[in-house]
Amino acid sequence: MKKIKTYSEINERIKNGNAVVMTAGEFKELANHSKPGELANKVDVVTTATFGPMCSSGAFINFGHSGPPMRLEKISLNDVPAYGGIAAADAYVGATETANPHDKYGGAHVIEDLVSGKDIRLKASSKGTDCYPRKEIETKINIESVNEAFLFNPRNAYQNYAAAVNSQRRKLYTYMGVLLPSCGNVNYSTSGEYSPLLNDPDMRSIGVGTRIFLGGTQGFVAWHGTQFITSRPRNESGIPVLPAATLSLIGNLKEMSAEFIKAAYYEKYGTSLFVGVGIPIPVLDEDMAARLAIRNEQIETQVFDYGLSERPVVKKVNYKELQSGEIELGGRKVRTAPLSSISAAKNIMKLLKEEVSTGKFLINEPVEHFPKNTTNKALEGIEHG
Amino acid sequence: MKSRYVFVFPTEAINKPLTYHLVKDFDLKVNIFNAYINSGEEGNLALEIEGSPGQIQAGLEFAKSLGVECSTLDKRVKLEHDRCINCGACVAVCYSDALKMDANTMELNFDKDKCTVCELCTTACPLQLFKINFVE
Ligand code: SF4
Ligand code: SF4
Repeated sequence: MKKIKTYSEINERIKNGNAVVMTAGEFKELANHSKPGELANKVDVVTTATFGPMCSSGAFINFGHSGPPMRLEKISLNDVPAYGGIAAADAYVGATETANPHDKYGGAHVIEDLVSGKDIRLKASSKGTDCYPRKEIETKINIESVNEAFLFNPRNAYQNYAAAVNSQRRKLYTYMGVLLPSCGNVNYSTSGEYSPLLNDPDMRSIGVGTRIFLGGTQGFVAWHGTQFITSRPRNESGIPVLPAATLSLIGNLKEMSAEFIKAAYYEKYGTSLFVGVGIPIPVLDEDMAARLAIRNEQIETQVFDYGLSERPVVKKVNYKELQSGEIELGGRKVRTAPLSSISAAKNIMKLLKEEVSTGKFLINEPVEHFPKNTTNKALEGIEHG
Repeated sequence: MKSRYVFVFPTEAINKPLTYHLVKDFDLKVNIFNAYINSGEEGNLALEIEGSPGQIQAGLEFAKSLGVECSTLDKRVKLEHDRCINCGACVAVCYSDALKMDANTMELNFDKDKCTVCELCTTACPLQLFKINFVE
């Protein structure tokens, strides 16, 4: 494949303010009547985005030391437990953590409240040591008062995700929203043709160190995400038809905005965090341009029946059908709902385009590419006789 | 006298010709403005009934005798639209199609006139943006 341009050439153009930057939406329109070669010559960067509920998210916080010093061991933030098994004033608060099993306020809400600048009640206890004598503390903290606060999400930005339906006679409350009985609705959860990992399905430009838009500021890809599966079957457009790659993301919570970090509560499931993620993709050559031209009708996923424990596949669908608002299932029309906000994804793509166009956002070449041929391991319980 | 009601049908009552009887036996004018009935399941019917208070009362008693839950439509659903993130989780449960995503903008549309106040959206919205208001 002939390389048309390099990262440094693209960054040079960005710095000079003459890079051609488009949102994924605009690029795909242009691709309707241009060949990949022309597109690669014409366009430098395409912005992609997603804004969906991402349960596997959380934040590291360093509260600073009290006098006398204390090793914060059991920690809660607005009563939500935070992990304190790291020394000494560090903690990790996970999005799905809650004080009680059915609370509607959880770690995600603590994170959103921090981002919004609200005060948070910190309570901590410790056994007390010779070097850290203090045993109790109760105080207020906020985003300004803490030393560091950064989002560090183990698994975000799924490359495709299964859609959900429920064939049973009772309503199901899931992380895929409410599933009505007798296949009353189909819920799906990706931004389709705007989704970052569906626009660079082989992750040629996305790897460790990629600079991204995260929650309203610049963040980075820290690692490949957990449950990173590259061995999923792909369709003829080269798109995995099941949940495949994921990203582990990191970014400064102090710079984020509550517009792009939103706490959610799903009835009888629990809390989660909507995270706004945008990734600019460099159009390095024809192959990248061809991948970026992908449309919703070429991106397929499977509808799983969450009503049955083995979750059988009910149907294969594409995102054009899903986004139309209804699909046909068993001879009747069934309404569909996105769960991830496609309008917010469009907004992020626009903002990111603006940032890149005005020279504020450079494209990082990955420091390290992700592993290839990864599979998924299951967890087996031990039977007690 | 004209009043609005929501009828919730249990599975057994679905196949009974309810509105026919309301019209024929109780001399009521019935205007169904929304229905969601799926055989073998619970059904929702939003209707306006016109007649004398006595007739309406008798008609409602008859419906209740069939196991239909009748409640006056004196509640309204209020959406805090300015905080909506357009995730569509509410659209998934709205049988009456009052809540729909605009297929172009992928933003939420709320057509209040279609709402049967089934209250399903109040638990479906992950941001808890729906509230039930009682109207006088
Ligand atoms: S209460 Fe909510 S879900 Fe039910 S009909 Fe009205 S808008 Fe739709
Ligand atoms: S579920 Fe709530 S946030 Fe989502 S589209 Fe409906 S009203 Fe908006």
